[in-house]
Amino acid sequence: MVSALPPAVTPGNPGGVRGWVGHIVRTASSILEGLAVTLSWAFRRPYTIQYPDKVEVPVPETLPEAYRGILEVDLRLCTGCLQCEKTCPIQCISISIEKGEDAVRRLTRFDIDISRCMYCGLCSESCAFDALAHSNQFEAARQDISELTLHFVREPVPVARHKAGEAPPRRPRGEILREVLPGLGPVMSPPARDRRAGQGDPSSGEGKP
Amino acid sequence: MLRLIAQRLQSWLNLPGETGAVLPALAVMLGAALLAFVFIAFFAGPVTWWERRVAGRVMSRIGPNRVGPQGVLQWLADGLKSFLKEDIVPAAADRPLFLFAPYLFFGGYMATFVVLPFGAHLVATDLSVGLLYLIAISGLVVVGILMAGWGSNNKWALFGGIRSAAQLVSYEIPSAFSLLAVVLATGTLSMQGIVRAQGGWPWEWLLFRNPLLFGMFFVSFAASLAENNRTPFDLPEGESELVAGYHVEYSGMRFLWFMFAEWGNLWVIASLATVGFLGGWQIPGVRPEVIDQSTGWAFAGWQALSFLVFAGKASMLVLFAIQIRWTLPRLRVDQMMIVCWKYLVPLALLGSAGVLVLVALVPEGSPVDWFLRAVSLGLGLWLIIAYVRKARAAYLADREPYRRLEGKDPWYPPYRLP
Ligand code: SF4
Ligand code: SF4
Repeated sequence: MVSALPPAVTPGNPGGVRGWVGHIVRTASSILEGLAVTLSWAFRRPYTIQYPDKVEVPVPETLPEAYRGILEVDLRLCTGCLQCEKTCPIQCISISIEKGEDAVRRLTRFDIDISRCMYCGLCSESCAFDALAHSNQFEAARQDISELTLHFVREPVPVARHKAGEAPPRRPRGEILREVLPGLGPVMSPPARDRRAGQGDPSSGEGKP
Repeated sequence: MLRLIAQRLQSWLNLPGETGAVLPALAVMLGAALLAFVFIAFFAGPVTWWERRVAGRVMSRIGPNRVGPQGVLQWLADGLKSFLKEDIVPAAADRPLFLFAPYLFFGGYMATFVVLPFGAHLVATDLSVGLLYLIAISGLVVVGILMAGWGSNNKWALFGGIRSAAQLVSYEIPSAFSLLAVVLATGTLSMQGIVRAQGGWPWEWLLFRNPLLFGMFFVSFAASLAENNRTPFDLPEGESELVAGYHVEYSGMRFLWFMFAEWGNLWVIASLATVGFLGGWQIPGVRPEVIDQSTGWAFAGWQALSFLVFAGKASMLVLFAIQIRWTLPRLRVDQMMIVCWKYLVPLALLGSAGVLVLVALVPEGSPVDWFLRAVSLGLGLWLIIAYVRKARAAYLADREPYRRLEGKDPWYPPYRLP
């Protein structure tokens, strides 16, 4: 095996005993060089930080507007058109609408199974009323997977019937989600939220172009 | 029953004295074995965490930091996890070999603890052929690895086993020859004898006795890294080629035995080098006779102090081995053989022959002896200074770019916890 390979010749190495010594010197000095580099890293700031304890700004607030986090639906805007339910390729949205005796259509169920959702964004694209949108939240680890089915409807609500331009503005990103999915955020300990106070409004301008 | 076993043992081992005297002796043996085991467990465990932290800093990240303060209890979590995992034996495995291999592997390493002197009198037994015993008994490990590799009935495992056999057998030679230099310089094979032939101060260590022994230290250290499958010689495991080598089929507790031995073994490497070259447990400024003649609490105090000195030196070497692991890439198989046969073996042979000549010609305490010591001390100092200066240069070279990029100073010394 060893003899089948060409002899280890380095450029500029004379070979023979001098070459042999040269190899040893080279090896020793390059090992020293390498050790010095790794030693120097012991004195440099690591690029990573301890998550979530030492995060300066909560990660959701640093995410771009187009970030596709956990879905949330604003029931004040939802017209019950069922577009989202039909679009979802894996059927993780289920909506029920009932017509009461007063002939008002009411949403009785709006469930999203975020444990199955793949965050493709098709549903929010197809929502023409800006009701369904992605929040900037992603930390929703739970002990029980059934807790990840979000029930947005607490009690039946009439479907929205706004004229164009009269719809109420969307609530800040992630606020609705916080109501239906308690204990959102890093599981270990709360990050220092105050650092970012007064630095722009993360809620502004959600939605479509 | 117990008495019968004792009688048998006594006749086999040819021990003198009453039959009853064997029982306490057995108890002491068992106790000592348990103590060694506990020591390995409490060394190997935390050192896995420590190694991962060092690796983290070398790679500009933090390393394990969630279990316990700064992640120090990570090893307990890992151990518990392995403990609870299913112990799978492949259907096609050679069952007895597969089941027994981890214990042989572990036993080979643990048996070396018999002669390792932890302190002035903290040694299980001071064999007169201690060094020879140590070199011989660590050969058991090859059998364990080969058994694991063969018994797994897996080509990766078999490759790992064969590679390891080739590697261990080859590197025994430079390792033994470089230790021969120690034996030639001290005139004894007993571990305590080797330690006592040195002194507490650096210029009394064998490392700085003469420049040849200084070189032998590195040959010996490299050879023992290779013997213990540490990077850059971790070919038997080579995860990029062999998944995990000889222990690829192991799981659960059996896998843990391999891991135990591997990290426990770091201690063996480090203590062997400490005993051979760094003056062992010798306390600077205290003659070993003082320790021998002390009694009571003073005696216990000296033991503790000498253990601390020993553990301190050994820990520095462990750190060094860890740093080497995260600095150097793995060698190729042919390179590994070239390093052994073309470089380490001739170096070890020449070195030990040179040491023999020096020991014969230069009496201890003569001016030439002091000159040689001064030269090797200077060599060591020069190496350390060059090392630190190079590290500083590497740091300074990247400081300005980092500042421009991150707006922060990169200074973050190791004592500053992340
Ligand atoms: S994001 Fe995709 S997968 Fe998730 S609910 Fe919407 S359409 Fe379905
Ligand atoms: S969320 Fe949007 S798409 Fe879905 S039913 Fe309501 S209005 Fe229609």
